[in-house]
Amino acid sequence: MPVSDAPETPRAINGRAPDAFRVGGWMPMRCFSDDEEVDFAIVGAGAGGASLACRLAEHGFSVVALDAGPYWRPLEDFASDERHQAKLHWNDERLVDGDNPLQLGSNNSGRSVGGSMVHFAMVSLRFRPEWFKARTLLGYGADWPLDWREMWRYYDYVEQALKISGPVRYPWGPRRPRYPYRPHELNAAATVLAKGAEALGIAWSPTPLATLSAPRGLAHPCVYRGMCVLGCSTNAKQSPLVTWLPRAIKAGAEVRDLAMVGRIEHDRDGLVSGVRYHRDGGWRFQRARNVIVAGYAIETPRLLLNSASQRYPDGLANSSGLVGKNLMVQSNQAVWGVHEREIRSYKGPPSLAITEHWNYAPSADFFGGYAYMSQGPLPVEAAATQIRRGLWGQRLLDEMANYNHRVGLKMVGECLPQERNQVTLADERDRFALPIARVTFSYCDNDKAMIAHALAFMRRALAAAGGRDIFEETDDTCHLNGTARMGFSAGDSVVDGDCRSWDIPNLWICDGSVFPTVGGVNPSLTIQAIACRTADRIKTLAARGEI
Amino acid sequence: MAELYPGYDVMAKARTPSWNEQTRRVVEARLAIDPEHHRFFTDAEWLTMKAVCDRIVPQDRAHPVPLAAMVDGKLADGEGDGYRNASLPPQADAWRRGLAALEAEARARHGRCFHALEAAERNALLTAMQQGLLAGQAWAGMPSALFFSARVLPDIVAAYYAHPLAWNEIGFGGPASPRGYVRMDFDRRDPWEAAEARPGHEAQAQRMNARVGRT
Repeated sequence: MPVSDAPETPRAINGRAPDAFRVGGWMPMRCFSDDEEVDFAIVGAGAGGASLACRLAEHGFSVVALDAGPYWRPLEDFASDERHQAKLHWNDERLVDGDNPLQLGSNNSGRSVGGSMVHFAMVSLRFRPEWFKARTLLGYGADWPLDWREMWRYYDYVEQALKISGPVRYPWGPRRPRYPYRPHELNAAATVLAKGAEALGIAWSPTPLATLSAPRGLAHPCVYRGMCVLGCSTNAKQSPLVTWLPRAIKAGAEVRDLAMVGRIEHDRDGLVSGVRYHRDGGWRFQRARNVIVAGYAIETPRLLLNSASQRYPDGLANSSGLVGKNLMVQSNQAVWGVHEREIRSYKGPPSLAITEHWNYAPSADFFGGYAYMSQGPLPVEAAATQIRRGLWGQRLLDEMANYNHRVGLKMVGECLPQERNQVTLADERDRFALPIARVTFSYCDNDKAMIAHALAFMRRALAAAGGRDIFEETDDTCHLNGTARMGFSAGDSVVDGDCRSWDIPNLWICDGSVFPTVGGVNPSLTIQAIACRTADRIKTLAARGEI
Repeated sequence: MAELYPGYDVMAKARTPSWNEQTRRVVEARLAIDPEHHRFFTDAEWLTMKAVCDRIVPQDRAHPVPLAAMVDGKLADGEGDGYRNASLPPQADAWRRGLAALEAEARARHGRCFHALEAAERNALLTAMQQGLLAGQAWAGMPSALFFSARVLPDIVAAYYAHPLAWNEIGFGGPASPRGYVRMDFDRRDPWEAAEARPGHEAQAQRMNARVGRT
């Protein structure tokens, strides 16, 4: 089952990498030796690391991307099964505590080449422009050292790279180009969202999604099998496995699977010199002129902290003391009801309709914004919403009997950055003898006010669209950001706007960790946009001799 | 309760385009689990565990979903969840300690083993655990309510709804690759999906469900 079914030995070796588009297929891959000092060693090949590897290689740099997870071929490796596909998650132990201990391991982690985007729900949204100046314009959190207009151009780029399907006109925010591919049709669960929004007088939209609505290369359009969060077995999902990584490898990057980086080393001058990683039974060392950490908001600070040395006793890039701090999640509460008509929400991508209404109506009594989307939980996840209410026995079975009539609305809400929410090192060690992460999280009053608002609003919307016997799911969260925030000075942040650490000029961090605020929409598009921008900035800086 | 989806058997689709080879391997391995085989639990723990599973998900079937064996497999193989509440020990320790503590509570209250108690007595003990009212020495500081909500319910219920018998019960379409679905709107059913028995139309649903495996 999950763990034992993962490949135990690396596939991406000896000059070739798995071809995700062909059963048993391979594509040629340039391989570097450990002793060869590459321009960039990238830790993590997910949303941030894969897009960076692609763009840096296309800019002509030598790149090795190391990922702790296996390199899958979805056509042959992915089963249509919730329990089995837990193999895509980060299943190694992490400790959780705080007033609201997080649930990790499924919707907010990934251990695969391609990262958690291999099993993400494909929701691909732009941040609202004001969010990049949250402190100055909206009075909360922190400003980003990035200009929204520049980000807008990178969003354009990523949406094209992933052939995002979406509406011709998106109802909110500044004008944007039409989405590359047409929107997907709505399923019944999405139509319920639309009806509820219309009844309450707010706009809604088909969700911009990273799954094909028309053929692309060897991938055919989405077949609406509805198992997106288990990994897409038909390659319609535009995860890094079928987008950035084939491009990266074609451009000369090497991707190393099952390569767990345990430590970043530095030289006598304090500059990083490469990464110590575990692969195929032993520890090895890859030399690199630059290291980019892209392990997401838990593994990134864990690696920086685990790399502490005599020179950097508090970990790398941590002179501000902010590595691991300001962990942000997104509140992911929901309302669920029963509809008289059959919904069968397991069909189609889970979140086909969205409203971002409240992000653009700052009349609420809390800071930040939220979106809410239609839902399509598979049976194990649907049952999880029931056991979180404490149901078991016959009551559980009775509620689950409504599975095909169940319909829900779920928020993605902006939690505020708080220094007390953080990733630290625990005393326990993992199978590589590395200290594991302790993840501490508590909602603040603002978070709770937003959640209360969203639950009340979604309840009205669901009832207006025919939902009965409505209950609230009050304790779920999604996405992890912060822990190595970008900012304006070495005192207020870990990296600058180019994702370069203030302390060590050849150490970079580029993933969801760098977010100063988390925004009220799913973060993957923004992570990729930042990574593409960072690659362009590195090219510019290198041309000026500043790298 | 009458069957909601009379005659629906998701396994009838196992040789249709809704299932690929790797999915067949995974699900057929699950169906082949020996309900009495246990590698992690001791024989004594096994009796307690089965009696717990029987209350968390009561099953009125000749061949029930082998919940205890599925949880045993997870523990024996060390399949982690990716996180653990800092107030709980690792999952294997939590289960051993929790079952021992439950056993101690049963003996203290009723003078009998947990598995020998009436269903209502077992329900009452589990409810007390859920409410955090069990705090005897055998818990050794492990919060019983947290053990219940973070270990007992997720491990057992996730096993149940991963099984084709549960999918039949709730009318889930089951595996769906390479063939996905076509009809997305309200009250629309693809011919390879479960048909719900509406009052007075049970026979019609039965006929439709007999055909979900046609290719």
